[in-house]
Amino acid sequence: MDEKRCCVTLSVQPSRGLVDEKFVILVQNSFPSSLLTIYAHHQCEDGYSWHAFAHYTSDATGAVNVSEDCSTGGTYSGVEAMGLLWSLKPVPGSKPGLRMRKKNVQAPMVVTISVYSGHLTEGFEDQVPLAGVEVERWYMAPGVRRIPVTEDGLTATLFLPSGPGPFPGLLDLWGGGGQLVEYRAALLASHGIASMAIDYLTCKYTMETGKIVEQDYFEMAYKFLQKHPKVLGSRIAMLGLSLGTSVILKMAVHSQIMKLSCAVCVSGSHVQPMDGFLKEMVDRYKNWGSDRFTKDNKVVWRDLLLPIPTDLSLKVDVGKLQCPLMLIVGEDDQNWCPHESAMDMKGMMERAGNNHLLTLLSYPNAGHLIEPPYMPHTRVSNYRDVLSQQKRMVLWGGQTLEHSRAQEDAWRKLLVFLRKNLYSGVKSGSLSLSNL
Amino acid sequence: RLGPVRWTKVTATGCTASTPPILSVRPSRALVDEAFEVLVENLPPVSPFTLRSLLHSEDGDDWEAYGRYVSDHSGRVSVSEDLSFGGTYSGMEPMGLIWSLRPVPGSRTGLRLRKKDVTTPMLITISLYNGHEDFRDNSPLVSMVTERWYMGPGIQRIEITDGELRGALFIPPGPGPFPGILDLWGGGGGLLEYRSALLASRGYVCLALEYFKTGQMKSTDMSFEYFENAYHVLKDHPQVIPDRVGIISLCLGTIVTLGLVAESTEIKVSLLLTKTYEFNKIRVDENNHQIWRDVGLALLQEPSMKVDVAKINCPLLLVNGCDDQNWCAVETADDISKTMNAAGKGHLLTRLDYPETGHLIEPPFSPHCPAGNIIMYSSNQKVIQRYGGKTKPHSDAQDDSWRKILSFLRHHLYCSQKAKM
Repeated sequence: MDEKRCCVTLSVQPSRGLVDEKFVILVQNSFPSSLLTIYAHHQCEDGYSWHAFAHYTSDATGAVNVSEDCSTGGTYSGVEAMGLLWSLKPVPGSKPGLRMRKKNVQAPMVVTISVYSGHLTEGFEDQVPLAGVEVERWYMAPGVRRIPVTEDGLTATLFLPSGPGPFPGLLDLWGGGGQLVEYRAALLASHGIASMAIDYLTCKYTMETGKIVEQDYFEMAYKFLQKHPKVLGSRIAMLGLSLGTSVILKMAVHSQIMKLSCAVCVSGSHVQPMDGFLKEMVDRYKNWGSDRFTKDNKVVWRDLLLPIPTDLSLKVDVGKLQCPLMLIVGEDDQNWCPHESAMDMKGMMERAGNNHLLTLLSYPNAGHLIEPPYMPHTRVSNYRDVLSQQKRMVLWGGQTLEHSRAQEDAWRKLLVFLRKNLYSGVKSGSLSLSNL
Repeated sequence: RLGPVRWTKVTATGCTASTPPILSVRPSRALVDEAFEVLVENLPPVSPFTLRSLLHSEDGDDWEAYGRYVSDHSGRVSVSEDLSFGGTYSGMEPMGLIWSLRPVPGSRTGLRLRKKDVTTPMLITISLYNGHEDFRDNSPLVSMVTERWYMGPGIQRIEITDGELRGALFIPPGPGPFPGILDLWGGGGGLLEYRSALLASRGYVCLALEYFKTGQMKSTDMSFEYFENAYHVLKDHPQVIPDRVGIISLCLGTIVTLGLVAESTEIKVSLLLTKTYEFNKIRVDENNHQIWRDVGLALLQEPSMKVDVAKINCPLLLVNGCDDQNWCAVETADDISKTMNAAGKGHLLTRLDYPETGHLIEPPFSPHCPAGNIIMYSSNQKVIQRYGGKTKPHSDAQDDSWRKILSFLRHHLYCSQKAKM
């Protein structure tokens, strides 16, 4: 029996964490200055295998601390505490165009972390590691409640934080791929915000009637939150990615019913026909013309809204915005043109004198899919756009390292922004009372 | 002891619907021997609040702990950094909300908090209340549920019903093989798995062994073979390194352990002790709880009643509470120490004697149990035994001893080859 093997210990703290929490991976009791590979493996819900690995050399005590030591190679290099998660890639031989997205948020993502002797780059299945542990990553904190919502014609899921409440509320919108995507709302509820993920493209109403929803669908969602006994009706925000941004900007400026505390728009644009809504956007998309393709046949859609029009009938007049707005954009976004849109919005707000409401986070080399931190960066994936009915291998953009950094930074700042606008007593005239 | 606190600024604001406080517990899911940080923000500055923990046990009892705090000028209370002005604990106590848990007023007596189902976590609700007065009639301003686990992710639990052997085996994730530990409990009987689950979470294959059912400790010979058998099942398990097996035990289990490590298979170690317990040596205290200390003291005088510890050849760690009212742990340790030293085996022995600490030295942050219900095996009646110890020193002892036990186990079961290098 290999004497060396029984000694090595591997620990990950916390072993059960939220997906946006950092962990510390520690190897101990290996031989001093030995070559080691730390390996992460995850089988996602669709059954595909993902992996990441990094090369280390243990110190004089035989230890490796991933948060402090330098990886000299693998799927990431340098000092990267969370590199084994954000650099996860489909294993060699996998189907191309995969994207990792959690569907069942009530169960954790399970990752196996192992340590191998030597600096390996392949053949992990054929070798016996020195040690291995399992790590759980959760979207839902203990006590968070998941409530499917079907009333008022909505297709949505509400996540309520742990505790008596009431809580500030948030409407969470995704993009052109449709579906009811819950994980970001679940995570925000774990941070104390009653968050409702909404399906607005493949919702029951659309599937049954064939019609695309109008503004009143979103207003219905807002009213649902507003009158919910566990939600503070005067503190509701909206968060959206991609096409979700278009909806938010339109509603924030034009809806008589929605009074948002703040809005966060990720990878989106204010360019849209002002004399309509989603249906009119569909008609516009159908007139896009031919797609632009990269050399390796990935479709690039970023030019479609460019150049940013000067005509105010073709874009939301953000100079009329009355609530704080955070824009998060990747400068290597190959799917939309959020950076150019953000610059235009900034100009409009400066001229209107409401730019004190604007927080702009623009990340060089980040792509379109700016998600919660530590999830693998998707640069290209198989995508089916609901509105235009096109299915393509789409280039989203971004360089993995900078994109992952952007995700981490943006999420942290997003949480601070939401907390400041939803939790602080910024509204003047609020009287102090005794116990709630 | 802190006296009453006077506020220079009286704030009647409390918290309002428009400025809800923010409570966080990190990590929200932890192993039971891990510390957490409880932080409250967005509070009115320099105002009184009470933090309370609540646990509903498997037996249906409610346990609670609470500390009284004052927010700082940035509206923050940090249990890790701030002082508790009183409650079930006081002072700077990051884990006070766990170790000072006690049955809520009006509960049954003689309760002990012990998790039977280790595959699910303990759920503890941490809540914040306005003020320092009695919070029971008030609603909390905010609360959060936190999970405390005995089993880490990926641990396998296997029930053992191999012939006569009864227990539960816990195997850590990973390729193995691992050092093994046989886990023996005490006179209460039954099968308690939580320490084994926790040790498996720390890298050991651990077998929690049942050797008699609760209340059924009979005064017949329990054969030594049963324990040797268990030891061999563990040693021979494919995931266990055969020459790295240890034993951990509490109370009555220690007698078995000492017997196992000292004696060969020819001699039976019987629990004859039960037959010859001199019941007239059991004292009763002011609460009518039984104190068994003197029973042990009497036994120490009887050489035929003692395991010959001079024969021990493996490292031995003794953990004792100086206020143990159930067993005369310190005197026993003295006796063992004397015998081993005389036999030239003193270098194998380490002992930790904790002041003001009682009999039930459990994993860290477990609530201190100064007295507990037990079924008397002779008469089948329920009595309350006094275990001793004062809550704060006892809790500190649990914390310190667990770390030292883990480092003792690691040193001897994981690393001993390093000494040879």
